[in-house]
Amino acid sequence: MPRDLDRDALITGIGLVSCLGSGIEATWDALRSFSPVVDAETFAPFPVHPLAPLDLDKQIPKRGDQRQMEAWQRMGVFAAGLALDSAGLKGNADLLSRMDMIVAAGGGERDYTVDAAILSGYGKQADPGAWLNERLLGDLRPTLFLAQLSNLLAGNISIVHGVTGSSRTFMGEEACGADAVRIACARIAADQGDMVLVGGSYNAQRPDVLLHYEMGGLLRHAPFAPVWARQADGPGMVLGSVGCFLVIESRASARRRGVEAFGHIAGIRTDRCRREPGQATANARVQLAAMPAHDPAATAVISGASGAPAPTREEAVLLAELGLPVRASATALGHSLEPAFPASLALAALAVKHGTLFPPLEPAEAAMASPLRQALVTGWGHWRGEAMALVEAA
Amino acid sequence: MDTDHLGRPIVVITGMGVITSLGQGQAANWKALTAGQSGIRRITRFPVGNMRTTIAGTVDFIPVEDPSAPALSQRLAELVIDEALAESGIGRPGAFPGPLFMALPPVEMEWPQRFALAAASGANDQVTYDDLLRAAGSGKFEGYYTRFLFASVGEALADRFGTQGSPIATSTACASGGTSIQLGVEAIRRGEADAALVVGTDASVNAESLIRFSLLSALSTRNDPPSAASRPFSKDREGFVMAEGAGALVLESLAAARARGAKVLAVVEGCGEQADGFHRTRSSPDGKPIIACMRNALADAGLAPEDVGYINAHGTGTPENDKMEWVGVSTVFGERAGSIPMSSNKSMIGHSLTAAGAVEAIFTALTLREGLMPPTINYEIPDPTLPVDCVPNVARPVTGLKHAISNSFGFGGQNVCLVLGTA
Repeated sequence: MPRDLDRDALITGIGLVSCLGSGIEATWDALRSFSPVVDAETFAPFPVHPLAPLDLDKQIPKRGDQRQMEAWQRMGVFAAGLALDSAGLKGNADLLSRMDMIVAAGGGERDYTVDAAILSGYGKQADPGAWLNERLLGDLRPTLFLAQLSNLLAGNISIVHGVTGSSRTFMGEEACGADAVRIACARIAADQGDMVLVGGSYNAQRPDVLLHYEMGGLLRHAPFAPVWARQADGPGMVLGSVGCFLVIESRASARRRGVEAFGHIAGIRTDRCRREPGQATANARVQLAAMPAHDPAATAVISGASGAPAPTREEAVLLAELGLPVRASATALGHSLEPAFPASLALAALAVKHGTLFPPLEPAEAAMASPLRQALVTGWGHWRGEAMALVEAA
Repeated sequence: MDTDHLGRPIVVITGMGVITSLGQGQAANWKALTAGQSGIRRITRFPVGNMRTTIAGTVDFIPVEDPSAPALSQRLAELVIDEALAESGIGRPGAFPGPLFMALPPVEMEWPQRFALAAASGANDQVTYDDLLRAAGSGKFEGYYTRFLFASVGEALADRFGTQGSPIATSTACASGGTSIQLGVEAIRRGEADAALVVGTDASVNAESLIRFSLLSALSTRNDPPSAASRPFSKDREGFVMAEGAGALVLESLAAARARGAKVLAVVEGCGEQADGFHRTRSSPDGKPIIACMRNALADAGLAPEDVGYINAHGTGTPENDKMEWVGVSTVFGERAGSIPMSSNKSMIGHSLTAAGAVEAIFTALTLREGLMPPTINYEIPDPTLPVDCVPNVARPVTGLKHAISNSFGFGGQNVCLVLGTA
């Protein structure tokens, strides 16, 4: 069956905030003359990529709304607003009330003072259970719950920006970010929707998330090094605070609205395996075979390699075999779990839109002088899940 | 005809499995539910000293190693999927021929794990996250890392049941179960799969989660007797009762079900949703999103309000929810609203949160099949502002019931409505 061009999934809006800055212009400029933005002090020995300062009032005008959210939600709502601005949809109440939304989210944000007081006092109590209840009842802010619930990023986007056609939140680290994009594209292809806001956010500047990955033995303890160079001298993840949303829209809708797209998601696949050696590679080969044809002379790879040792090494071998220029988005942005795949897609779409790949982020990455027309995006979860997409000029 | 009014594949249910505080399995649950029994009990899982609410619909009869919300949620999911697959007869053991959609509670490390890390850190006076981080670096806590990944339950289920592709875990708060069914229906309608495995599970009754709802004044504090605490639509309702449970459904295209000679239990005729941008925990006062959600579901099913003979209410028993649900129902169904039976399973099983939409869709399907409507128990003092036929206190037979809806509303402005029909 010939492809229905009207149902192509185009990226017509991008909102991206990270250590590199707020918005796509700042991000692109930073990538063109890259130097890593790392906070090595606050959480030493764990380096993290801190979020650039945001002028929250620009996207979340009500202070009351800002107060009702925690950092991961504020950066997500902010990025969603940038994406809607970029797509020319901000404030279009009619379209936004019919717009679909798929958010990839973790959750959490704790009150570290409350936690520390409980951890310090628990063992000293005659009735520790009742004491724990008393402390939680007395010390937890009631609204903190709403900052912890996974679906309250979407809820806040509905409140602040008015996106209310549908609202689904997917959970599950990197894979859920890729599945959010895949299902958005599938809905558009099947005429189950015309416009989907897709993305997520991640606050890496949190002791509890560092704690989680440190339990897994997955964090780099040494000073920052780029993703590929890191593999030789202390592999591991360097987490980064990222908010990224994309407006994915049918070609028919974009044409009706007269907007220019950043790029076309010409193919996207996701899968999983148990991560026995070679299984992720096998999945990626199947995905590659399913992608539309690409011109090796005009294609680069935006890799979502997390820095976690085993999958990063395995992906590096596969990418070397492909022989295309590669950029590891986690070197620039840090690894950001749920929004990592949407953010890699954003970098791919920006590069395709500019018709040129940004310079290597480290010596292991090859320069690309020729024009760029297509970008393969990989997204292997640090634990599970493998995704691939092909972005091309719209 | 294998296609619906819009030419899409008709999606049917061929297998179901359920666990609630009332028991394990469809038969045990249906018997208790239609007898008007309550599964709400005193909490014994953790100390409740100083708590305002000391009751819940916990599932205490399923053993699990290293208990935690994700561990028990996963175990409940495994058991209800086993039941659904056995009824459906689809696929081979360990090889389900389609994707997995799950409604899961958000995952977070819990206090027993934090205390274990604190103890291992050796810090003896002031304990901070720096101490926990030091203990974490010992490598002895890798099991916690895996258990409290958001993907851990889905990956375990995908491995065990051999579902196809990346498992999708959704959270739309108390509408999650409905959303997971909707995702499965949409995948089959798109032609991506002939079958989908859907499960909603929630076993997150622990001290902190109970307290979080308590701090929002959402919970009933009517602790004595526990069975009387959940009072949907009553004038003296004052909050919901937290509960646990799980429901699994095998969805198939009608064509695929027929081709393999499967018994069709019910038809998922339509799904509707509409998000609400009014407030984080409260519905828009005009009820517009709830109204639009139900109308979207009916339009998706190609039905008119007069076709609906039973409403499985969200019916949490909070003052706000029941009022807003009535605003929605009375607008959509007009003069018929007060005469359409509309009962709340939550009066007996409590509010199983993430799982509720899946569990209650199963009970809606059973209502259609059995021609028997479960009651709303504890209905003693009618609320004059809610003139609803809530099937008070005693189950009621019904003949000729063809179509029913099941509502789910959640924090964050989440609204989902499913339309189910007889096979």
